[in-house]
Amino acid sequence: MSNVPSDLRYAKSHEWLQLAADGTATVGITDYAQNSLGDITYVQLPKVGATLSAGQVYGVVESVKAASDLYSPVAGTVIAINPALDSAPETVNSDAYQGGWMLKLKLSNPAEVDALLDAAAYAKLIG
Amino acid sequence: MTDLKRTPLRDFHAANGARLVDFAGWEMPVQYRSILEEHKAVRRTAGLFDVSHMGEVEVKGPDALRFLNYVVTNDVSKLFPGRVLYSPMCYPSGGVVDDLLVYMRGADDYFLCINAGNIDKDVAWLHEQAKGFAVTVTDRSADYALLAVQGPTAAAIVQSLTSEKLDQVGYYHFVDGTVAGIPCIISRTGYTGEDGFELYHPAGSAVALAEAVVKAGAAHGLEFTGLGARDSLRLEAGYPLYGHEITADISPLTAGLGWTVKLDKGCDFIGRAALLAEKTNGAVNKVVFFKTGDRRIVRADTPVLGADGAVVGKVLSGTLTPILNEAIGSALVTTAAAAAPLAVDIRGTLINLQLVKPPFVPLKKS
Repeated sequence: MSNVPSDLRYAKSHEWLQLAADGTATVGITDYAQNSLGDITYVQLPKVGATLSAGQVYGVVESVKAASDLYSPVAGTVIAINPALDSAPETVNSDAYQGGWMLKLKLSNPAEVDALLDAAAYAKLIG
Repeated sequence: MTDLKRTPLRDFHAANGARLVDFAGWEMPVQYRSILEEHKAVRRTAGLFDVSHMGEVEVKGPDALRFLNYVVTNDVSKLFPGRVLYSPMCYPSGGVVDDLLVYMRGADDYFLCINAGNIDKDVAWLHEQAKGFAVTVTDRSADYALLAVQGPTAAAIVQSLTSEKLDQVGYYHFVDGTVAGIPCIISRTGYTGEDGFELYHPAGSAVALAEAVVKAGAAHGLEFTGLGARDSLRLEAGYPLYGHEITADISPLTAGLGWTVKLDKGCDFIGRAALLAEKTNGAVNKVVFFKTGDRRIVRADTPVLGADGAVVGKVLSGTLTPILNEAIGSALVTTAAAAAPLAVDIRGTLINLQLVKPPFVPLKKS
């Protein structure tokens, strides 16, 4: 049974987003996604300063099985990437919602967050 | 997955947390907890693999030796009872029908282990070629289950379950005995590059044997291991996989398996003329093994680029070794290009291939 924290928002493409009080957001992939991918061996992330539109490919996650695109849940500017994933991509497997975070974004339009799934809707999607 | 074939251990795997996938038409465990962790366990302690999907074929009769030496490229006459031989089995073109193990059980009594995906093809091929030979070829695949216990502690685990003296069973040798009271062909072989045993046993005893091995293995670091780790272990050891490094279009000579092609074994065999010509004229292509120093996996079918950027071949197998923490793989490239720098393009990044003579890691086979 996948872990779906109630305080996060979700994209249908299996990314999670956590909105902070200052209008920035942290993005990663869900427990369901990491479990489906299996052993994660490489995470390719954009450069800090890159601008992303909602639904745009922001990187690639590779597992032993396959390479998969990562999609930005909302529009924004990349203000940080997780430096630990370069040498320890398996953190996405072991800690998808904390240590396995991928991006911090300054949102272009915070209202886009409202269009994302809440935990109940995402849990139903992966049911 | 209702149409998939199942080994006797399918429910055992599911109960132990395996992720089951379609492998060559079989519902098989690709992993339990992690392919990478299972890989490391086999190099450090031991792993238990269910490879019951593999096929078993009996070849018996007064012409058994002559027949086998006609259908395989290696020299079966070198066998004696208790000895195992690895060999390709070729088409007249020199391409490979399958690669297999030949077990000599007695005079006129041999036993083959063949790849799961090739069982129907191989059995039909063997029957076709057997015309004119005094042999009977019998597909026994459904009767046998096969468990592989592989890794540095494998011998201690199996020894605790059998009265056979395993220190007297060398690499690529076997004995008929019992393990946990179950009759087995106890074969010191494997596909991981580690010491270990493959236990052929009656399909109806598979669950009992697996449970006994798991219980005995608890004190020796035994882990459940799936086909994902089996593939990365075999690639790290430099072993070919049918359909990748050897195919109907890639001969054993091209694949670097010249040691298994005995052109001078004293009899004709299927593919000999083509393989002799390839050896005499030189192969157009060759299989090379590479590492990259990078974690990005170089997937099968990725084009291989020569020094001038032109395509000179393609990747056959690729994975990440959790021992070296880098991508490794094999590729088929033109012989002319193999001596020059090779590279692949992964999502716009050019990654150089460093050619390696496998194994990629030191192995301690017995």
